[in-house]
Amino acid sequence: MTNSIINASLAQLSQMLASKQVSSVELTQAFLTRIQQHNPTINAYIALDNEKTLAQAQAADARIAAGDAEALTGIPFAQKDIFCAKGWKTTCGSKMLANFVAPYDAHVISQFDAVGAVNLGKTNMDEFAMGSSNETSYFGGVKNPWDFDRVPGGSSGGSAAAVAARLCAAATGTDTGGSIRQPASLCGFTGLKPTYGLVSRYGMIAFASSLDQAGPMAKSAEDCALMMNVMAGFDARDSTSLDRPKEDYTRGLSAVTGSQPLKGLRVGLPKEYFATGLDAGVSKVVQDAIAEYRKLGAEMVDISLPNSQLSIPVYYVLAPAEASSNLSRYDGVRYGHRTAEYDDLLDMYMKSRAEGFGAEVKRRILIGTYVLSAGYYDAYYLKAQQIRRLIAQDFTEAFKQCDVIMGPTAPSTAFKAGEKADDPVAMYLQDVYTIATNLAGLPGMSIPAGFSNGLPVGLQIIGNYFDEARMLDVAHAYQQVTDWHQAMPKGIE
Amino acid sequence: MALNIEDIQRIAYLARIEINEQEAATTLTKLSGILGLIEQMQAVNTEGIAPMSHSQDLTQRLREDVVTQTNQREAFQAIAPLTESGLYLVPKVIE
Repeated sequence: MTNSIINASLAQLSQMLASKQVSSVELTQAFLTRIQQHNPTINAYIALDNEKTLAQAQAADARIAAGDAEALTGIPFAQKDIFCAKGWKTTCGSKMLANFVAPYDAHVISQFDAVGAVNLGKTNMDEFAMGSSNETSYFGGVKNPWDFDRVPGGSSGGSAAAVAARLCAAATGTDTGGSIRQPASLCGFTGLKPTYGLVSRYGMIAFASSLDQAGPMAKSAEDCALMMNVMAGFDARDSTSLDRPKEDYTRGLSAVTGSQPLKGLRVGLPKEYFATGLDAGVSKVVQDAIAEYRKLGAEMVDISLPNSQLSIPVYYVLAPAEASSNLSRYDGVRYGHRTAEYDDLLDMYMKSRAEGFGAEVKRRILIGTYVLSAGYYDAYYLKAQQIRRLIAQDFTEAFKQCDVIMGPTAPSTAFKAGEKADDPVAMYLQDVYTIATNLAGLPGMSIPAGFSNGLPVGLQIIGNYFDEARMLDVAHAYQQVTDWHQAMPKGIE
Repeated sequence: MALNIEDIQRIAYLARIEINEQEAATTLTKLSGILGLIEQMQAVNTEGIAPMSHSQDLTQRLREDVVTQTNQREAFQAIAPLTESGLYLVPKVIE
């Protein structure tokens, strides 16, 4: 039973639940048992509450029995610990929130609850989503299920490892500069960062508000499409939520058939994404995937994103600036860590924040404070916002020549734990191919495209605004003729 | 823009984060590396380009001025570090 469950698609699980082959309680228990078995090693989950989880599964079974089931009713998901979930410890990977029990639900959580999905637990992450290896988590690193000496990527490292090790049916993540896509590449699964504004940020702990976006992390494009149907949608409680009609993200999948399902699709290959800095093994896998896309009928177009090398400098002004502002709320007064001994209010603030934040978070707050400080605003923040527009315009120009853009997701495969932990600049370069889409607000995804030295490699697909359905079709076409997305790490059966 | 230890201490004070001398020295090295990366921006001519804060260039929505939340003081104060009689306690700020 186990193998047919853990590698099943969401649609298959839904079918099994509908036909009473398995109950939600059995399905949930199967994953809880796997979590109990593997989580002590992998450290993907940092909060579990079997009682709450199984109560949701029982409710789902009742709903299925009553004939009131939706596509994801009864299916167990892992939730990144950045989403507030009422009654659940919600830490964002930080000592600052180590004892924070959320008093309300994030929009994403209530959307999953509303369809009767089951919350398996909260997953580990880089502290306040600041990192690309999960090593900045206060609760320790996460092991990459493909090689325990290596990192799963970050910041959604716990969700990534949980999906790869089949410790959930699928998971949620958030992506500010690549935090869904880079771990998807390093752990070998499908992850989608939607167009900015599609998924509400309400109750999602803020890092850089103009870039943060939640999305699905799952085995296949089809799974991601089903999750997008639940996650996306207008929410008045997020001031940047986009008020547009609901979409069915699965609508085009069944039409992806025949020998050349992508005939007429123009795929842009940005020359900047295949230049120096890209690992040769990764490059080979990506080229092979592109060759496969040609066979599916796609036409390749050489394009240029001339300002893409500026995306990292721009990001490391804008994201820390927004973070320094967002994280000023952690003052030890209303919630979060408060130091044990203090003289006056200022001393309480300074000690609480010094103790509650880890080194990387402090660095980013300091950079943000610096670039926003008197006399530097124009040289840094304003300049970065101007270049942000140039980066966005590059994509606008590119999409006149092509329908989607393809390239590598990350410059390398998973690296060893500790390898870059002491060198922030080297760590930041992990997101060299993903950050530009966040700055432009565009959707991006990563799909498994093969292996280099036994480690997964992701292919990135970038789409135009609101073009998620087409991107999912394009990914689905590839997953119809390849089985990289079904590969499982050894030793996790 | 080269930073020194005093700059780090000043920025940390602005950010309300206590920092000792040894931390300030380590931070100086790392921040200088990051600022070196950021300096690449200065080579770009951005004259006349409108700054972009959001991808969709949204305007803020307004809503009706009506009550949408109920009082949840007890739930919110249950997670506070220190409260008394429904108030958040902090060190004395007014002499």
